[in-house]
Amino acid sequence: MKTDAKPHLTQLTIHELVDAYRAGSTTPTAATEAYLARIAAHDDKVGGYLTVTREEALAQAHAADERYRKGIPRGPLDGAPFAIKDVFCTRGIRTTCGSKILDGFVPPYDATVVTKLKEAGAVVLGKTNMDEFAMGSSTEHSGFKLTRNPWDLARVPGGSSGGSAAAVAGDLAVAALGTDTGGSVRQPAAFCGVVGLKPTYGRVSRYGLVAFASSLDHVGPLTRDVQDAALVLETIAGLDPHDSTSVPEAVPHYAAALTGDVRGIKIGVPKEYFTPGMDPDVQRSVREAIAVLEKLGAATEEISLPMTDYGIAVYYIIAPAEASSNLARYDGVKYGLRVPGGKDLIDMVSRTRAAGFGAEVKRRIVLGTYALSAGYYDAYYGRAQKVRTLVRRDFERAFARVDLIVAPTTPGVAFRHGEREDPLSMYLNDVFTVGADLAGLPGISVRCGFSAAGLPIGLQVIGRAFDESRVLRVAHAYEQATSWLEKRPQL
Amino acid sequence: MIGDKDVEHVARLARLALTESERARMREQLSAILQYIDKLKAVDVEGVEPTSHAVPLLNVMRDDEPAPCLPQSEALANAPDRVGEFFRVPRIIED
Repeated sequence: MKTDAKPHLTQLTIHELVDAYRAGSTTPTAATEAYLARIAAHDDKVGGYLTVTREEALAQAHAADERYRKGIPRGPLDGAPFAIKDVFCTRGIRTTCGSKILDGFVPPYDATVVTKLKEAGAVVLGKTNMDEFAMGSSTEHSGFKLTRNPWDLARVPGGSSGGSAAAVAGDLAVAALGTDTGGSVRQPAAFCGVVGLKPTYGRVSRYGLVAFASSLDHVGPLTRDVQDAALVLETIAGLDPHDSTSVPEAVPHYAAALTGDVRGIKIGVPKEYFTPGMDPDVQRSVREAIAVLEKLGAATEEISLPMTDYGIAVYYIIAPAEASSNLARYDGVKYGLRVPGGKDLIDMVSRTRAAGFGAEVKRRIVLGTYALSAGYYDAYYGRAQKVRTLVRRDFERAFARVDLIVAPTTPGVAFRHGEREDPLSMYLNDVFTVGADLAGLPGISVRCGFSAAGLPIGLQVIGRAFDESRVLRVAHAYEQATSWLEKRPQL
Repeated sequence: MIGDKDVEHVARLARLALTESERARMREQLSAILQYIDKLKAVDVEGVEPTSHAVPLLNVMRDDEPAPCLPQSEALANAPDRVGEFFRVPRIIED
């Protein structure tokens, strides 16, 4: 950071903050208090948080202080103040998933990733806003409030992990957890100019994550730089006996992969990810980023992912179909909202769901139920699953030739609130991110420039399954070779 | 392509009570979405296996050993209506 003034505590990365704790120049409690003060002063503008857990955060910070004082810190996240997307269950702390149907729900257990963060010594500042049940790309579908983009408060932060991205960008948390089903970590990361990493399917446990589309839901970090993303992934990854879709693959030391050396790495640039209709600023910035990677010694070549154009259509059958099944559990019986006065059980359930779910969630439940219903199953769900296979094969063919794929994260920059009222225009925002979800591949978004209006632009790097190390290495080398991170939003 | 009756039928299957205007708007929006999704009909999927999970998964078994689980009081703690050890729901069986 090339400013004369010493950066404020809330502007440091995790690794800078932990270095400062180790050096004794500050403490987890001082950093946590600084974040809580900044949240109190600025979060009414940003709307990043649904719940702030002041008391719990300070207690966790005091415990971390003690460990540093005794010289026994737990590792690279000890005392780092995090925000958690409200899709993760947190024991004793209200968890809404952005939905009125879960208003008042207090989970009796922590999600595995929350347990892992806590065991690593991380401090939990609170729970962040999101599109209801993670269904959306702007956080405008939250059942509770709007979140604003710290770079321009008139614009959306992206979604569905919009509260998490806005909190990290606005210096309201050092890092955050999000989830990515069709792009919900990488797209808000691009819109808010932070790093967003979606790991391989199965790499990170989903136990305690409120389910949306189980074959597509991924957990991932949002951070200030790539090194932080590597540190968080290493902490949260691994087999979990509570999640049968987590895999036993060993967890590498991801931070060790950040050598800065990308010489000889073969990078594919898919021609389908540069469309005539996209924002010319995005196109230019990503082309320039590719030139930077070439200068660093990577070999680039044009490739083709011919099924790209079908990704959104596949996604909007499979994700709503799975959601319609997953969301059947909200019946007004076990937790959350109940609308009383129904004439029988079915009436009570139907009224409760009508009152508790927002318009987008209802739309997807009806769409998914329709796609799975008798007479339509083969035409919609069955066909979408087969095209999903073809999307996977596109990537397999590409990765037989290249090591990584580099592309824009989104076709445009953050849009204004209310600008995408038509559901389909909102859905098309995810055209460059759904592919990695459908194929289960790791992908990251890093800042690669700004539009003419000063809004951040995201560069996406996609890798082979379980090759997060190489994805992180190239993203880190790019970040180190450029100076985009010097600019910060002013609240 | 999708009529009022379809929306009504599907909403009933999904246990969603929709108002008249919600149903009309839903029919319009779903028609547009389904029209977009129809582009999948142009793809040749002859002989293609479906993908249900991106990473192939076999049945994952664990040893059948007793372990602590959620106590009943915690499992019931979030219930909107309960009586004693039970969730309470509207009557479903006639006297």
